[in-house]
Amino acid sequence: MIQIQNVYKSFEDQPVLRGVTLDIKRGSSHIIIGRSGCGKSVLLKHIVGLMRPDSGDILIDGHSIVNMRRRDLYKTRIKIGMLFQGAALFDSMNVAENVSLGVREHRLFPANEIDDRVAAKLELVNLPGIEKKLPSELSGGMKKRVGLARALMMEPEYMLYDEPTTGLDPVTADAINDLINSVRDKLGVTSIVVTHDMASAYKVGDSISMLHEGNVIFSGTPESIRTHEDPIVQNFITGSKVVMH
Amino acid sequence: MVVYLTQALGRNVLQFLERAGGTFILLAQIIFESRTAWRDRRIIIEQMHAVGVMSLPLVSVTSLFTGAVSAWQAAYQFEGMVSLTYLGGATAIAIFMELGPVLTALVLAGRVGASIAAELGTMKVTEQIDALECLAISPARYLAMPRFWGVTIMLPILTVYANIIALFGAYVVAYTLLEVSGTMFFDSVQTFFELRNVLGGLTKSVAFGATISLVGCYVGFQTHGGAEGVGRSTIDAFVLSAILILINDYILALLIF
Repeated sequence: MIQIQNVYKSFEDQPVLRGVTLDIKRGSSHIIIGRSGCGKSVLLKHIVGLMRPDSGDILIDGHSIVNMRRRDLYKTRIKIGMLFQGAALFDSMNVAENVSLGVREHRLFPANEIDDRVAAKLELVNLPGIEKKLPSELSGGMKKRVGLARALMMEPEYMLYDEPTTGLDPVTADAINDLINSVRDKLGVTSIVVTHDMASAYKVGDSISMLHEGNVIFSGTPESIRTHEDPIVQNFITGSKVVMH
Repeated sequence: MVVYLTQALGRNVLQFLERAGGTFILLAQIIFESRTAWRDRRIIIEQMHAVGVMSLPLVSVTSLFTGAVSAWQAAYQFEGMVSLTYLGGATAIAIFMELGPVLTALVLAGRVGASIAAELGTMKVTEQIDALECLAISPARYLAMPRFWGVTIMLPILTVYANIIALFGAYVVAYTLLEVSGTMFFDSVQTFFELRNVLGGLTKSVAFGATISLVGCYVGFQTHGGAEGVGRSTIDAFVLSAILILINDYILALLIF
């Protein structure tokens, strides 16, 4: 379980997170929505320990990661996979080297098994046989799927997705949504998806939270958000100005 | 006006202290992470190849002409006062103690230090460094440590090579333009040769190598602001390395010679 407790974060006196509190249950798919610049990606980076909150706490399976020693933080990170918005593949490595880097460095599996495991993960993300390609030879959607394969190679318990469908055409975006669902169903991975794509949120989410000006202004099921009365929530999910009476 | 100047001064001092502190923290991390150097020898050797072998053409051209011009200018200054029989020894001392180590370091600051900053800066702005962190791989170990040792080991080796090429350049000018025979030139080199001059120059080049790589890595890791930020980091890394090389050169010359 991931618990975010009253987290505050500012950048040069510009507050981004203002007391965010969220609980994400194991095995669920939790969606975090909100307008651009509302702090969604910053929140995700706090969960994986890439940023530290000014105050508040973040607990992964009951252990606070805020003041954790580096070695313990790295052990915790092995349980968490992250798919970055731009995939963040290593330019100088081919697909196989990208996907296998983590497990090779941590020696999680015997060396003679790694190639087969890479092939299996690429098969899982529907990209078989592209081991030798360089990131520069891949399309945006392919890069995201390779990024997902790289994260899944470590067999994480939690998967964080930062805008997984942004910049993709609707068909590829839908394929990514199917992949996120398939990863949750086949591997039992808890997913946290940051997005402003409502089609993706409805398709993938068991629960949705909305961030606005650094606060959580809604938390509930995809069904309940559709009928929520807050005009800010309605404006966001319908993509138009709605006046509530 | 006074308040404004005081604030600006304070801001710059704080920024300087923050950067100096950050650089020393990175150095401490690199030294700590060096415990895995044997395990990571493949990436260290890759860096040594990138720094050393790939820099050979540039170092060759720079040192050949440095040696040539130093022989020509020494002869000009000797004119009417000192016999040209001392030309070989005088140019060799200048090359071994100063020109070889400093010019090779400045060339590497431009070719290698700036490229380290650009490479790591690009990785920073495209979130590749965050991705490494998410894979629980320390960027200080995987990226900075191999570059640090790659440059620190290869710069003294390149300096020895540069010294030899520069001495050859000086000999070519002495023989072809100044009518100094090979025997006279190299006898003079042998007469004035002191091992401590060469070792002093190499000690300086170790310090220069550490400076170039550390500055390149630190500036690269601090990059922000997209492509423009990467460009800024590349320039900053070269300028800062060049200044620190010259300051270090002065301090080390006082200590060693």
